[in-house]
Amino acid sequence: MTLMTKMFSATAALALTAGAALADPALIFDLGGKFDKSFNESAFTGAQRWADETGGSFDEVELQSDAQREQALRRFAENGNNPIVMAGFAFATALEEVAADYPDTKFQIIDMVVGQPNVRSIVFSEEQGSYLVGMLAAMASETNTVGFIGGMDIPLIRNFACGYAQGVLSVNADATVISNMTGTTPAAWNDPVKGSELTLAQKSQGADVVYAAAGGTGVGVLQTAADNDMLSIGVDSNQNYLHSGKVLTSMLKRVDNAVYDAFAAGADLEAGFIVMGLANGGVGYAVDEHNEALITDEMSAAVEAAKASIIAGDIMVHNYNSDETCPSLDF
Amino acid sequence: MDAMPKWADVVLIPLISLILAATISALVILAIGESPVEALNLMVKGALGSTYGWGYTLYYATNFIFTGLAVSVAFHSRMFNIGGEGQAMVGGLGVALICLYVPWPHWSLALVGGILAAAIFGAAWAAIPAFLQAKRGSHIVITTIMFNFIAAALLNYLLIGALKPKGSMEPATGKFPEATHLPSFQDMFSFGETALFRGAPANVSFFVAVVACFAVWALIWKTKLGYEIRAFGHSESAAKYAGISPTKIIMISMMISGGLAGMMAINNVQGEAERLVLNAVEGAGFIGIAVALMGRSHPFGVFLAALLFGFLYQGGAELALWTKIPREMIVVIQALVILFTGALDDMVRAPLERVFLALKRRKRKAA
Repeated sequence: MTLMTKMFSATAALALTAGAALADPALIFDLGGKFDKSFNESAFTGAQRWADETGGSFDEVELQSDAQREQALRRFAENGNNPIVMAGFAFATALEEVAADYPDTKFQIIDMVVGQPNVRSIVFSEEQGSYLVGMLAAMASETNTVGFIGGMDIPLIRNFACGYAQGVLSVNADATVISNMTGTTPAAWNDPVKGSELTLAQKSQGADVVYAAAGGTGVGVLQTAADNDMLSIGVDSNQNYLHSGKVLTSMLKRVDNAVYDAFAAGADLEAGFIVMGLANGGVGYAVDEHNEALITDEMSAAVEAAKASIIAGDIMVHNYNSDETCPSLDF
Repeated sequence: MDAMPKWADVVLIPLISLILAATISALVILAIGESPVEALNLMVKGALGSTYGWGYTLYYATNFIFTGLAVSVAFHSRMFNIGGEGQAMVGGLGVALICLYVPWPHWSLALVGGILAAAIFGAAWAAIPAFLQAKRGSHIVITTIMFNFIAAALLNYLLIGALKPKGSMEPATGKFPEATHLPSFQDMFSFGETALFRGAPANVSFFVAVVACFAVWALIWKTKLGYEIRAFGHSESAAKYAGISPTKIIMISMMISGGLAGMMAINNVQGEAERLVLNAVEGAGFIGIAVALMGRSHPFGVFLAALLFGFLYQGGAELALWTKIPREMIVVIQALVILFTGALDDMVRAPLERVFLALKRRKRKAA
């Protein structure tokens, strides 16, 4: 009996120290869930890529309620997971408190800035990537009218719209940009039916290219655009393959790279504030075999030139978040 | 009516329902290739094995005590208040307004203010369906559930508009000022180096919930009003004959009910989040129905049932963290318990009554 207990506790202790020494990274998904075909899934892809390449393992959790944000952070921190990556701006309040309690654990938050010495904050320059796809949209449009469909109406998404409109107007100052948001609650991230209706409404206003920055809602936008002879632009992941030849391009937001890099850095993750823009490959536009035919040499030359100018600082794309206004679009 | 002794009604039926739910849950876990024993072990250890686990279990339990009491009080007058969700949301609005816009000098005063605001807002939200029922005969089940949607829409509107700080991405209010923060169990029970209840959200409002249990018990069984509520619940016509005003009883019992549901907000809004977020109630209003049914509308029963559901919630969270059981499956397990203890009560009751009747007959024959 005592021998058994001793053996058990020895194994348990061993398991515990092993866990702490290995310091598996952990990933926390937001309420949208792991397989949302968008933001969270992109984070998961990055983590999985790291696991496949290194043979390592990671812990993960999908949350059920807001109260669990802090709980999950603390539990992973106490378990010795390091680094702990969370996908989504909504973790900021919880992380602010937890990070201070676990100074030896590294955290990474995406889409939000948390100013703690052991936190890496990653923010994407969505306006830069959107600017480029806006240029493509304007050049591909025959009606001089293009559309934007956002998910939930938050500053983050308005920044997508604002960058897009700037890109459109830089090519054709007379073009019209129609902008619609799907909703004002998190449900707007996953409403493909409404996305489809908005697409039809924009078509009736003359739009022939539509850019969806709306998570799962975008699936409906892309489908309806493909069914109605419109071109569409995907977001976050490369969505060109969804409707080959009907998707003009996709605005890439490499959440997967951000997660992958954090996992690869492990416990040595450097804290700080990182902006992932065009210069460091954090955002971009996708060209592959599905949309090659849609993008002419002239178009790609213009976009590449603009990309170089943005990186060089010659073109300043206005960031909506900096002052909550947009020079090119009214909301 | 008296087919069964009281202990069987109070103890045996919930117990059998629980065992049934646990058995089916175990089968479900087996079916997805995980070990039910290990899962149960994780749940018990995670929810009850440390002060930290208790801190979460009691936090959830506090929510469920308030909403469970709310359903119980209304049910004594045979009003089926399924609007606890909406009343708790609006109660949260009351707490948020009073915490954000009143400069409180100390948390104890802020707590009193929070309780009053939450109760008044919750009661006001319940008063409208109550009035429609009392005066116009609109069925309370329909109106209260519709008011849940109206409350959700109202909060939506406010949290993306007037109450949201500029530049914030989230549909939520700003953080409440420091003086309104309620002491958590960690603040109250940690001495020196040993931090108990570390990081857990249980806070002083748990004791408010316990006091509320006693208050409801005293109200229902020790006061004239409580007698009237029960009399009305048993027979409306008899109550009328005895000079009890139906309008008054419906209004008062529903407003007490709404006030109790609203008071949940001092726990989840003022105590835990310290700001008002969208969907802050997270279904606690509906869990309250199961809690009240399982607790036989008695405050002590509600207290125990709330603890059980607190355990299920916290245990479920631990399962999600440390096993590969998907989130949806954990909801299924929680739902099974609700289904069996709440909805399928009669499925256990009828056969059990038959057993007891048979036993009685045999005894009588023997005598």
